[in-house]
Amino acid sequence: MEPFVVLLPLFGAMFALPVARLVGSRAAEILTTGFMLIAAIGSWIILFDVGLGSGEDKTIRLFTWIASGSFQAEWAMRIDTLSAVMLVVVNSVSFLVHWYSMGYMKDYGEQPRFFAYLSLFTFAMLTLVTADNFLQLFFGWEGVGLASYLLIGFWFKKKSANDAAIKAFVVNRVGDFGFALGIMCIFYVFGSIEFDTVFGAIAANSEAIPYGRATGAPIQDLTITFLGNDWHALTVIGVLLFIGAMGKSAQFLLHTWLPDAMEGPTPVSALIHAATMVTAGVFLVCRCSVIYEYAPNAAAMVTLVGAITAFFAATVGLLQDDIKKIVAYSTCSQLGYMFFAAGVGAYDAAMFHLFTHAFFKALLFLGSGAVIIGMHHEQNIKKMGGVKELMPLTHILMVIGTIAITGIGIPGVFLFGAPFGTAGFVSKDMIIESAFLAGEAGKTFGYFAFTLGLLAAVMTAFYSWRLIFLTFWGASRAPEAVRKHPHTPPDAMMWPLAPLAIGALAAGILFYGNFVGDKSEAFWNGALYAKVEHHETPAADHAAVDDHGEPTPLGASETSHGADAVEEATEDHGGGHHVPNWVLWSPFFAMLFGTIAAAFHYLRGDPLRPGLLRSGGMIYGILKNKWYFDEIYDFLLVKPAFAFGRFLWKEGDGKTIDGVGPDGIAAVVAAGARRIVKMQSGYLYHYAFVMLIGIAIFVTFMLITAGGGQ
Amino acid sequence: MIEQLHSDQPWLSLLTFAPLIGALSIILRRMMSRTDENGAIADPREQAQIENNARWIALGITSLTFLVSLGVYALYDPSRAGYQLVEEIPWLNDSIKYKMGVDGISILFVLLTTFIMPICILASWNSIKSRVADYMIAFLILETLMIGVFVSLDLFLFYFFFEGSLIPMFLIIGVWGSKGTKEFAGVSMPSRVYAALKFFLFTLLGSLLLLVAMAWMYAQAGTTDIPALQGYEFPAGAQKWLWLAFFASFAVKMPMWPVHTWLPDAHVQAPTAGSVVLAAILLKMGGYGFLRFSLPMFPLASADFAPLIYALSIIAIIYTSLVALAQEDMKKLIAYSSVAHMGFVTMGIFTGTQQGIEGGLFQMLSHGFISGALFLCVGVVYDRMHTREIAAYGGLVHRMPLYAFLFLFFTLGNVGLPGTSGFVGEILAMTGAFKVNSWIAFFAAFGVILSAAYALRLYRQVMYGELTKEALMAIPDLNWREWLPLGLLMLFALFLGFNPGPALSVFTPAVELLISNYDAALAAGGR
Repeated sequence: MEPFVVLLPLFGAMFALPVARLVGSRAAEILTTGFMLIAAIGSWIILFDVGLGSGEDKTIRLFTWIASGSFQAEWAMRIDTLSAVMLVVVNSVSFLVHWYSMGYMKDYGEQPRFFAYLSLFTFAMLTLVTADNFLQLFFGWEGVGLASYLLIGFWFKKKSANDAAIKAFVVNRVGDFGFALGIMCIFYVFGSIEFDTVFGAIAANSEAIPYGRATGAPIQDLTITFLGNDWHALTVIGVLLFIGAMGKSAQFLLHTWLPDAMEGPTPVSALIHAATMVTAGVFLVCRCSVIYEYAPNAAAMVTLVGAITAFFAATVGLLQDDIKKIVAYSTCSQLGYMFFAAGVGAYDAAMFHLFTHAFFKALLFLGSGAVIIGMHHEQNIKKMGGVKELMPLTHILMVIGTIAITGIGIPGVFLFGAPFGTAGFVSKDMIIESAFLAGEAGKTFGYFAFTLGLLAAVMTAFYSWRLIFLTFWGASRAPEAVRKHPHTPPDAMMWPLAPLAIGALAAGILFYGNFVGDKSEAFWNGALYAKVEHHETPAADHAAVDDHGEPTPLGASETSHGADAVEEATEDHGGGHHVPNWVLWSPFFAMLFGTIAAAFHYLRGDPLRPGLLRSGGMIYGILKNKWYFDEIYDFLLVKPAFAFGRFLWKEGDGKTIDGVGPDGIAAVVAAGARRIVKMQSGYLYHYAFVMLIGIAIFVTFMLITAGGGQ
Repeated sequence: MIEQLHSDQPWLSLLTFAPLIGALSIILRRMMSRTDENGAIADPREQAQIENNARWIALGITSLTFLVSLGVYALYDPSRAGYQLVEEIPWLNDSIKYKMGVDGISILFVLLTTFIMPICILASWNSIKSRVADYMIAFLILETLMIGVFVSLDLFLFYFFFEGSLIPMFLIIGVWGSKGTKEFAGVSMPSRVYAALKFFLFTLLGSLLLLVAMAWMYAQAGTTDIPALQGYEFPAGAQKWLWLAFFASFAVKMPMWPVHTWLPDAHVQAPTAGSVVLAAILLKMGGYGFLRFSLPMFPLASADFAPLIYALSIIAIIYTSLVALAQEDMKKLIAYSSVAHMGFVTMGIFTGTQQGIEGGLFQMLSHGFISGALFLCVGVVYDRMHTREIAAYGGLVHRMPLYAFLFLFFTLGNVGLPGTSGFVGEILAMTGAFKVNSWIAFFAAFGVILSAAYALRLYRQVMYGELTKEALMAIPDLNWREWLPLGLLMLFALFLGFNPGPALSVFTPAVELLISNYDAALAAGGR
């Protein structure tokens, strides 16, 4: 059964266009969506079997892909809890997005092609998450990149869409540059690219002999020469793989493609650029957790980049006016959270946030899509306002999404053994606490991530509520025609939002125990690696809080967090650290502060009046222009590449090589020949050749006789 | 010692000379017709009939040759290293023999050649309007010579085919090439003649050195038998010069930077089918030569000069990719991207690792399908619009959806997307290079980024956007003669992308043997 979970979307992609031609567009939509439903149900069965039930991890091998010496890659399907979680996320969201698109795309046409691309994307994403070797992972990695390219550029008449599509592909390729080198490096060190072999060798610290070396060393201490310097092998591999992750997950420096990717239809943004594809980088780091556990410097880089992204993207999100761009920067920022969680070793928290984020971010995007349709394809929230009255259901759903992402809940209160709050509350707080604990444990950039994570949480609340207030609340700023006759989104667009809304509210509570709580060890069952000596992962630790925090939850929360902090921090239970109360509460206050600030500004008076950051100011300019990354890259990389290419072509090929080579020789010979022999020009070249032949034979003979005596 | 399995029947000779029979029959048909005093055929109807006959004969014979090659492949045992189906008869004297045979390195190139040729004939069906019979004769002779290159097991026989293939190609470019004039050496001439001359000039220079080197080898070793020469140990000092002479010839054929500038001109001027043959097969002779001669016969020099090859390959990959970014002519862009892709081949081959060599071989095979198809794609719109200028197009997807789909596939293949055959060769070649020195792989990987930039840019400018240009409003989509070959090439590129095993497993025994001999020679030579 398992292979069908992966293959059904492929069948959908293959049959969509033929079926549309033979039967009709609607049939193609129903077929692909139906396939996705079956695949989604199958994935949940697998998750319940492997993660919650007694199912064993297994690898189903289909056939060999590439085999060249020991460079072996199979087409395979690795089923463990990590891939099962991803299967569930991908297939569920994909099914809902397919369903939603049946309504959304009515306005636009070209459904069969759209559904074929969506299914193709899903297939590629599934091969990525079920890979059992690095090469298949790379296949899926580039495959989702292709689908993303096709879907961003779906409206290929638009120049901006085409530009964005190419940008996404090329920037991702920059990341893939690192990823591909990482794979090569792995093969060089391990002589294999299969997960079991590579991860097993690292965990067992077995002897590794890189190609061409006479002696090896235990893998955890091995150094290799990379680009002329000696480095710790696992660090090199970890950093290279992470560069790939940065591209795919739009992390700081390689993030520029994601906001532009909003040129794609909104369901695409929800599926690819929020819930699934962009989380592939997080998945990669978690899949390779054993590498990062033994490469602390690479892990520190993950933490650093993740924290900066969480902060940076949130700052840009503050000033965006395009409803989709706000959500896009929010995605970028949330991905940053996941990365710094993984960087500090809280892989389970990273995966947990990935899981819950899929629900509320897909909800926010799909809700935005409904707003865009309702507002006659308007995306600028400054031209909205008062949409609450026009689209009450959408409003409720978007608010649910917002309280999920900003994280509303009561710190320290536990319900069914899980913190009481929305999905984002549970998982994001988990991450912030993990970063604090990592800082306490002396991990590089732990406190840094904790601080930036908190600041980003303030801004998250601000921009999320700003979106709600400007779009839905207050007086309408939309044109008369829109106000009078808003388009009503079809039912097919609203139903899929219901499960997402439920997930956004409850996924945190429901899955806490398994992902990061007391049942997590049985749940992950080794799919996420934790080094033995620091067993006090935040997960186990949080479970400890939960164990004896439960009887007096409110009591704990009533104490002032400042005073409690010292007390709590000094306590030490068998190697595990408690999170001080002020840390426990800090994300909550961050959220509250951001929310109040947004309300203060956008709910009183004219919401469009200038705020703290007045236009014209430097900070305003920097944020509004996304820190000028596009301009800088264009100036430093894109323009020079084209100019340099032109230069090499005209000057290098044209003037230098041809000028000295054929043209030059011909010119000299021609001039000489004309003067001396005065032959008809038609025979000139024969003489040119004869001369050259003579010279060549002469020179060669000289060289050979000289060289032969060596 | 390299094992040689002799064949009772001259299968390879049959295969090699089958196209020649077609050429002869076209010539005979024309000789039977009445001509006026200038040698031209008097009756226009008869002229048309001869031309049509020539087309069908060429298609029939090339297809038949492909079937024969499949038969030859059926007789070939891919699990063995060494030469098979060997035939050998005395030729010029006792030591220079007529000797043919195939091994894991050559057999698939034979198949590639026979597969590409019928496609070329189809592509020329209507687009060649003048001197059709001569054109078909040139192509059939060219096929014989190309197959001959890959099956020769004698140095001079190889040289004959290798250099001989230059002549029909020279004519194809010079006679049936496109219009326009060019100033060269103070003389104004048609650009196609300039391109042909440039092509000739570059290749001839290399081949003369090759001839001298071969003569010296014959004098030294007393034989021109390739398997024997592969076992003959040339002195280290001599290897260096011999290697350089062979290199001069093969580097031009590949082509490697900086002797690549003939290729864009040749491609631009050549008729579509000429470009296809050039890209798919003629370029592969250089890589084949490195593997057949340089590595096995001059292992010490190969190891010593490997850094030079790496450097030139890396320059080729980055330099020509950047140049491709700046192109305004579709064919030139693809030609430059060919040079970049061949950079991966030379890089892989000289790593002397299994992944590198197999990657290089696979890349050559895959490039045969993909860039051949890309030139066909350009030919499709060129036939309709008579321009190759990128700016003359835009928005074709609206009128030509099937074409858009196929062009997209081959563009992605060119980009090296996993799942197409383009990926397999690149990743293997880079993996091999990483094993030798991470710097090489590091620089080569830039090609991965740049290829995406130039290939997608081309596709976007030709296919996407609004269809605004008046001339394009009525442009028709592909006819069967166009989509059939492209579809077949796509199936191959896709099949080998997902399941390269059938090709890699043919390479493996031969490559393993090559490497073990190579390593042994290096060890003996103290390297």
